[in-house]
Amino acid sequence: MNETPLVQLLTPEGERVQDEYYDTSLSQNDIFSMYRDMVIIRRLCNEATSLQRQGQLALWAPLQGQEAAQIGAGRALAPSDFSFPSYREHGVAWCRGIPPEKWLRMFRGVTNGGWDPNVYRHSVPTIVIGNQALNAVGYAMGVQRDGAEEAVIVFFGDGATSQGDVNEAFVWASSFDAPVVFFVQNNQWAISEPTVKQSKIPIYRRAQGFGFPGVRVDGNDVLAVHAVTTKALANAREGGGPTLIEAFTYRMGAHTTSDDPTRYRVDAEVEAWKHRDPIERVKAYLVRGHRIAAKKFDAVLEEADEMALQLRQDVLSMPDPDPLSIFDDAYAADHPLIEEGRREMIELGIGGHG
Amino acid sequence: MTAMTMAKALNEGLRRAMENDRKVVLMGEDIGKLGGVFRVTDGLQKDFGEDRVIDAPLAESAIVGTAVGLAIRGYRPVCEIQFDGFVYPAFDQIVSQVAKLHKRSEGAYKMQMVIRIPFGGGIGAIEHHSESPEAYFAHTPGLRVVSPTTPNDAYWMIQQAVAHDDPILFLEPKCRYWVKDEVDLAAPPSGLFDAAKRRDGTDVTVVAYGPSVRTALKAAEAAEAEGRSVEVIDLRSIAPLDIPILAASLEKTGRLVVVQEATSSVSVSAEIVAALTEQCFYSLRAPALRVTGFHTPYPPSRVEEDYLPSVDRILDAVDRVMGYES
Repeated sequence: MNETPLVQLLTPEGERVQDEYYDTSLSQNDIFSMYRDMVIIRRLCNEATSLQRQGQLALWAPLQGQEAAQIGAGRALAPSDFSFPSYREHGVAWCRGIPPEKWLRMFRGVTNGGWDPNVYRHSVPTIVIGNQALNAVGYAMGVQRDGAEEAVIVFFGDGATSQGDVNEAFVWASSFDAPVVFFVQNNQWAISEPTVKQSKIPIYRRAQGFGFPGVRVDGNDVLAVHAVTTKALANAREGGGPTLIEAFTYRMGAHTTSDDPTRYRVDAEVEAWKHRDPIERVKAYLVRGHRIAAKKFDAVLEEADEMALQLRQDVLSMPDPDPLSIFDDAYAADHPLIEEGRREMIELGIGGHG
Repeated sequence: MTAMTMAKALNEGLRRAMENDRKVVLMGEDIGKLGGVFRVTDGLQKDFGEDRVIDAPLAESAIVGTAVGLAIRGYRPVCEIQFDGFVYPAFDQIVSQVAKLHKRSEGAYKMQMVIRIPFGGGIGAIEHHSESPEAYFAHTPGLRVVSPTTPNDAYWMIQQAVAHDDPILFLEPKCRYWVKDEVDLAAPPSGLFDAAKRRDGTDVTVVAYGPSVRTALKAAEAAEAEGRSVEVIDLRSIAPLDIPILAASLEKTGRLVVVQEATSSVSVSAEIVAALTEQCFYSLRAPALRVTGFHTPYPPSRVEEDYLPSVDRILDAVDRVMGYES
């Protein structure tokens, strides 16, 4: 894998390096605020894991290790762009301005969604692996028909690249020159299956066979991810068609809180990736390259702790939905079985609170 | 009134829907220059352009999956699945996304789309071209399933389906595509989810939908010659069912026969019998009977007539429910 080209602007040690095609014009303040995003998102994610362990969430899908991939991509989006997540894109949701308690509503079990996708221009979670790739391409075809200068980005994992829907999405995006960016976070593991089970070649190279560019970026390098995604989105907006971005990263934690990764991967691998921690990398760069004072970093940690506490309070005070709400929005228009079900539940004395 | 085939009526209905709303786009395999294998979209690409009548790459999951995205963007996609037996690659998108996104988005997304599927047998086709997949979709909360049986219904129901805000599986009885009848271009016959009484009768209620309606009407005519008065109801809407019109008929006749091409096991006819037994128990003068396809894969065409509900089998069922006279 070492010979596979990888776009990198920061080494794991935080040294700034040059790339032939990609550069960044981000200011020190921009980079520091991306660091802040990454710290906050990891802290909130850890809080969610604790909440699950304490029985307050049914499940949680941690993103630890993927902060640079998600913040780098999320911060590259223009407000008018539209994003389609899977169920682990908490970092992208953060960038889109969705309040953290809304990400947790689904995992708490009070909704199957969580936020208004039209308000945040970030779709609701998709759990069936890869379905959203086609939905994103269709949305992009709509953008195209509207003559709008907007890009669409869709997130999925290495496992999803084996799905028919993702491959069909590649065909369609290519045939219709859809303004879409396929952003695959190759975190090396699809629950217990390593990426080599999904693809014999580096995933980004699949794009060539479908007729559009693919690029592998160091997914733990927030500057590189931001640069690559910014360019791909601009290309889509300008009518250049799709791009496949493979963010080469690592899922430091479990697939979900129901998973036990010690059954299928070795400690040495986990340890090796700890040295490539995306947050430590950008911090090292800021400390060394920009001489940012230690107290500024401490302030971010404090802020993150406060937000975690707030998130905890929000989750604990989250009301259960009224049982009668199961009938809401099942259909857009009236339906006799919905009316019948609602009537039956009321007669049974269920519902009417919440 | 204008006489036209059902295929032409669908074509005219789609044309009118596209004229009325520029957000209506058609997607499917071979629907452009060719006009679809049944010519339902004939001439529409020429008149509305390739951006609105989209020749799709050959991938059914993608036809429906991209329609989801177009619907989110505010379009009203009309998907054509070339044959009933080819809808299954799209099943995942239909049940996981199309049926559920309005709920999951808490009402923010409307899945305003129509999925047109030529369905049913009787055209002497090879395998996978004569199936009756309606129960899969009728079973799924979030979806609606309708089927026109006359050119007039086809012309109006396709427009009503396109204008509706819920996703609709639109099942076109392919053996009826080339049958001509009058179309009233001025006003729709009824709402999209209303059943229609096709023939008045007092002895037995025969309920049918799609391709079976014509068989049921023929049986009713034959029964009349034998002195039996058979009422025929065309469901038009398979999900939701128009229970009030069915119940009113059954309360009058007291005898029910349900006809469908699909196997009886866990089917639309099973739902009709269960729902009506619950509602009309004291009006029933005989057990409800069903005339259906058999529980086998759809047979090769040389023997399909023996598989499909026939006039004789319906008449036999009518005889049997009449034989329960107490």
